[in-house]
Amino acid sequence: MRCVRRAASPQGQYQSSAAASPDDSARPAGSGRSLPGRGLLLLTVLVLLEGTVFRLGAASTPDVSGHDTKDHHKATAIGHNSTKKAFPVLDLDYGHIQTPFEISLWVLLASLMKLGFHLIPRLSGIVPESCLLIVVGLLVGGLIKIAGEKVPPVLDSRLFFLCLLPPIILDAGYFLPIRPFMENLGTILIFAVVGTLWNAFFIGGLLYAVCQIQTGNSSELNGLGLLPCLLFGSIISAVDPVAVLAVFEEIHINELLHILVFGESLLNDAVTVVLYHLFEEYSGVGTVTVMDGFLGIISFLVVALGGVLVGAIYGILAAFTSRFTSHTRVIEPLFVFVYSYIAYLSAEMFHLSGIMALIACGAVMRPYVEANISHKSHTTIKYFLKMWSSVSETLIFIFLGVATVDGPHFWNWTFVTVTVILCLVARVIGVVGLTYIINKFRIVKLTTKDQFIIAYGGLRGAIAFSLGFLLKEDHFPERNMFLTAIITVIFFTVFVQGMTIKPLVELLAVKKKQEAKRSINEEIHTQFLDHLLTGIEDICGHYGHHHWKDKLNRFNKKYVKKCLIAGERSKEPQLIAFYHKMEMKQAIQLVESGGGVKMPSAMPSTVSMQNIQPKKLPPPKTVERALPQLPKGREEEIRKILRSNLQRTRQRLHSYNRHTLVADPYEDGFDKFILKKQKIIELENKIKEMNNYLTVPAAPTDSPTMSRARLASDPQAFSVKPDSDSVPIIQVDLASPQSPDTVNVMDEFRRADQEENQGLMMRCPRGPSEPKKSEDTEGARDQQKLMRCLSDPGPSADEDEDEPFLP
Amino acid sequence: MGASQARTEHPYQDLMDKTGCNDMFGSKEDLASIPALDNNPLRKQIITAFFDKRNQHENQVGFFEEIGFEQFVMVMSHFRAPTLKTSEEEREVMRKEKLRFLFNMHDTDNDGTITLEEYRKVVEELLSKSGALGLEAAKAIADAAMLEVASTNVPHMAPDDFYEGITFEHFEQILKGLEMETRMHIRFLDVDTTTMRCGKTTS
Repeated sequence: MRCVRRAASPQGQYQSSAAASPDDSARPAGSGRSLPGRGLLLLTVLVLLEGTVFRLGAASTPDVSGHDTKDHHKATAIGHNSTKKAFPVLDLDYGHIQTPFEISLWVLLASLMKLGFHLIPRLSGIVPESCLLIVVGLLVGGLIKIAGEKVPPVLDSRLFFLCLLPPIILDAGYFLPIRPFMENLGTILIFAVVGTLWNAFFIGGLLYAVCQIQTGNSSELNGLGLLPCLLFGSIISAVDPVAVLAVFEEIHINELLHILVFGESLLNDAVTVVLYHLFEEYSGVGTVTVMDGFLGIISFLVVALGGVLVGAIYGILAAFTSRFTSHTRVIEPLFVFVYSYIAYLSAEMFHLSGIMALIACGAVMRPYVEANISHKSHTTIKYFLKMWSSVSETLIFIFLGVATVDGPHFWNWTFVTVTVILCLVARVIGVVGLTYIINKFRIVKLTTKDQFIIAYGGLRGAIAFSLGFLLKEDHFPERNMFLTAIITVIFFTVFVQGMTIKPLVELLAVKKKQEAKRSINEEIHTQFLDHLLTGIEDICGHYGHHHWKDKLNRFNKKYVKKCLIAGERSKEPQLIAFYHKMEMKQAIQLVESGGGVKMPSAMPSTVSMQNIQPKKLPPPKTVERALPQLPKGREEEIRKILRSNLQRTRQRLHSYNRHTLVADPYEDGFDKFILKKQKIIELENKIKEMNNYLTVPAAPTDSPTMSRARLASDPQAFSVKPDSDSVPIIQVDLASPQSPDTVNVMDEFRRADQEENQGLMMRCPRGPSEPKKSEDTEGARDQQKLMRCLSDPGPSADEDEDEPFLP
Repeated sequence: MGASQARTEHPYQDLMDKTGCNDMFGSKEDLASIPALDNNPLRKQIITAFFDKRNQHENQVGFFEEIGFEQFVMVMSHFRAPTLKTSEEEREVMRKEKLRFLFNMHDTDNDGTITLEEYRKVVEELLSKSGALGLEAAKAIADAAMLEVASTNVPHMAPDDFYEGITFEHFEQILKGLEMETRMHIRFLDVDTTTMRCGKTTS
C-alpha cells in the first residue's frame, strides 16, 4: 500500500518543485549555464527528501513493522507444518535495514546540502552555512510533520554527545595552534571560567528576579525557583564551539581573536559541566549551601584537570603506539582516532570534561605522532578528521532544525525575550569588564574593536540545546519553556549574529587572517628570538615565560622525544623538521603543477642560487643545491629508483585504472620519490639549454581536492590560491658542468629516454626556440593523468613540531 | 634617550642600591659565568650584543671591554613592550629599533649587510646543540633562507648579478610579518629583584 503511494507522489512533488524553482531562471544570465545542473541537484534533493519522509514515516512505526516480521516468522514456522505458501520472489523487509538506512539517508542529505550550497555562490556569500542548514532542517522537519508522521527524536542527547560532537572537537584539538593558544592561555581561561560563571549567575539571577516580579500575570513563571533559573542560566551561558567554528571559519578573522573566542568555547565546557550537575542535583532539594558551593569549586578543578590528565595519558599512549607502526602503516590513523575517542569516553564515564580530554589528547599526541607516521597516514588523518567533523557539523545543524519543528514548545513571551536580551547584555558586560582587568596583564592589549568581536562572537549552539533536552520532565516542569527559550537564543545568535558578523568585520576593518604562509626566515627568527629572550631573561635572573618554555622544550627533547619518537627523527631539531616539511611541500607542489614545465605563475623571480653564491671557482666535488646534501649511498639508490620508476610511471600513464593506485609502489619511499622527481625536473632544465630563468611556480591553480573553507583555513593546509611573496622558492640550480653528478644523471636520462618517447615530463632535447606552449599543453595533459594518481594534496608545512593549527 | 633610560632605570635603581652594584663594571667573563646561559645556543652572540657599541645608539662602532650599568640598561631597553598608549609612529620606531638590534647581532663585521657567510653562521649557531646532523642541514637552510630574501626583495636578477647580502631594509621586509614590537619583549615590571644578580654570580 505504501509502495503505491510512494510511486505516485514523487511525480506530484516534482511538478510542484518545478513550479517552485522559477527563481532559478530569474537569476542573472551569467549563472544560466549551471541552471540544468542546479535543477538536477534540486530534483535529487527533493526526491531524497521524499524518500526520507516516507522512510521516516515507515520508521516511525517500528513496532508495527517489527510485529509484522515477527508474525511473518511465526506464520512461516507454523506454515512449515501446515499449509505451503507460494515462494516469495520479491519481498520487502524494511525493518531489517531500517536503522543503518536511515542514518545513511541523513548523512547523504547532509552531504548533498553541502554540495548544493556551494553551487549557489551568492547565497553562501551572504548567509553562513549554519543558517542554511538549520533552515533545511526546519524544512525536513516540516515535511515530516505535514506528511503526518511523527518526527523522530533526532537530536537525542546520547547521539549528540557520543557520536556527533567528538569528531568536531577532535578536529579542533588535533589542529589547535599550540603557540597562540599557550600565549593567550591566561586570557582564554579567564574568559572561559570567570566569564561563563558571570554569565550564568547574571542571567539566572535576573531571570529569577523577573519571575518574582511577574506575579499574577502568567502563573507558570511564578513557580520558577532560583535553582532552576540558575540551571537555565548555566545551560544558556556557554559559548558553543560548533557554532563558533562554523561562523568564524567563514569570516577569516585574525588569529588572536579566533583563538580567544574558540579557546573560550572549548574550555568553558568544564564550567558548564560542573554548574549543570550542581544545579541539577540540588534543584530537587531546593537549597545550595556554602559547602556545596565549595565542593562545586573543587569539583570544577577535578573535572577540568582530570579531563586534561585523562586526555594527556591517552595522548601519550597513542604517541607511544605510533612509534612501532613502521611496518603496519595502514592502521596508523586508526590509532589516533580510537585512542582519542576512548579518551573522550573515559572522561565522560567519570563525568569529567570530555571536551577538554579530547583537546588535550589531540594536542599532546600530535607532535610525536606526526614525527612517526608516514606521509599518507598524515593525509588520511587530516582528511578523515575534516570529513567527519564537517558531516557532524552539518548534521547537528540540520537536526537542530528538525528538533525545533518537533517541539514540544511552550512559548512565553516574557521569558524568551528577557532571556535573549539578558544573554546579550551579560556577554557584553562580561567581556568589557574582564578585558579591562586582563589588559593590565597583557602585553598585546585588546582594543575596543577586539572586545566587540569577542562579545559578538559568543554564539550559542547545539550543546546548550542538548543539555536542555537532557533535563527530565518530572524534575523540571518548566523544561519545555526552557527548550523554547534555548532554541530562540540559538536561532538568534546563529542567524542574526552569524549573518551580520561578516559585514561588521568588514565595516570595523578588523584585522584579517594572514594569508601568507610561514617562511623559512620567519621560522629561523622565531627560534632565534626564543633563544635570545630566554638568554636575556637568564641574564636578568628573571624566571619568566621564556625561561619555563625553554626548560619544557629541553625536557621534551631530552627525555620525552626519545621515548615517543621512533628512530632518527627523535633527534631532529625543530628547524630542520620545519625545513624538510617545507621542502616536501614544495616538491609536491612542483610535481602537481607540472614539474616546472609551465612558466612561473605567481612569483616571477629570476633569482637562483647562482646569484647569492659568491663567485669563485666551484670546488670540484660539491654541487650547490637548495636541498640538503644527500649521503653518497642515497644518491646511488636514487639513481636506481629513478631508472626503474621512469618505466613504471610510463606504464601507469598507459593504463590508468583502479588497481594501479592500490598497488602503490611509493608507499614508503615517498620522499625518495619526490627527490627523484626533483632530479627529473632539474634534468629537464638542463636540457633546455641551461635556461636558468625557471622558477618553481608558487601553487597550482586547479587542485582537484579544493574543498570548503575549513581546509583553506588551516593555515598550513595546502592552499590553492596563488601565493604572494612569502613562499620560499627552491631554485633548481645549475650544477657546474664539471660536477660528476650531473653527467651521470644525464646519461641515465638519455638511456631511459631512448626506450620510450612518451614520457611523463621527459622530452627529447629541443632547442630553446621551440615554443614552450606546445610542450605545456602536452605536458599539461600528462600532468592531469599524473595528478589523478597523486591526488592527495600533500602534507602541510607545519610551523614546528609543537605547533599545529589555524591562523 | 634620557627619557627611555629613565623609564627602565627605576626597578634597576632599587636593585643597584640593594645589591650594592654601584661599582659595577661588568666584563664578558662575568656575563659568561651565568650558569643558566650554558644551555643557550646563542650564548656568545647575546653576550657580545651587550658589549656592542652599536647598540648604545651613539653612532659608535666597536666593542666595549667592560660595560657599566648605563650600557646594560641601554641594551635592555630594546626589550620594552608597547603599551596601549603607544602611537603608531612610536611603534614604528620601536620596531625599527628592535630589528636593528637583531640586525646588529647578525652583522658581525658591521658592513651594513648580512652576507651569506654570516647568515650561515647564525643558523649554525642555532643548530649547534643538535650535533652533526644539524650542521649539515644548517648550510642548506641558510642557503634557502638567503634565496628567499633575495627573491622577495630583488625579484628580477640577471644570471650574473650577485646579491651582496641582506641590507637592513630587506631585513625589515622579510620580518614584517612577525610584528617585532610585540614579540621581542620581556616583562620588566614584575621582575623579582631578589633573583637578580646584575650579571655577577652571587658569592
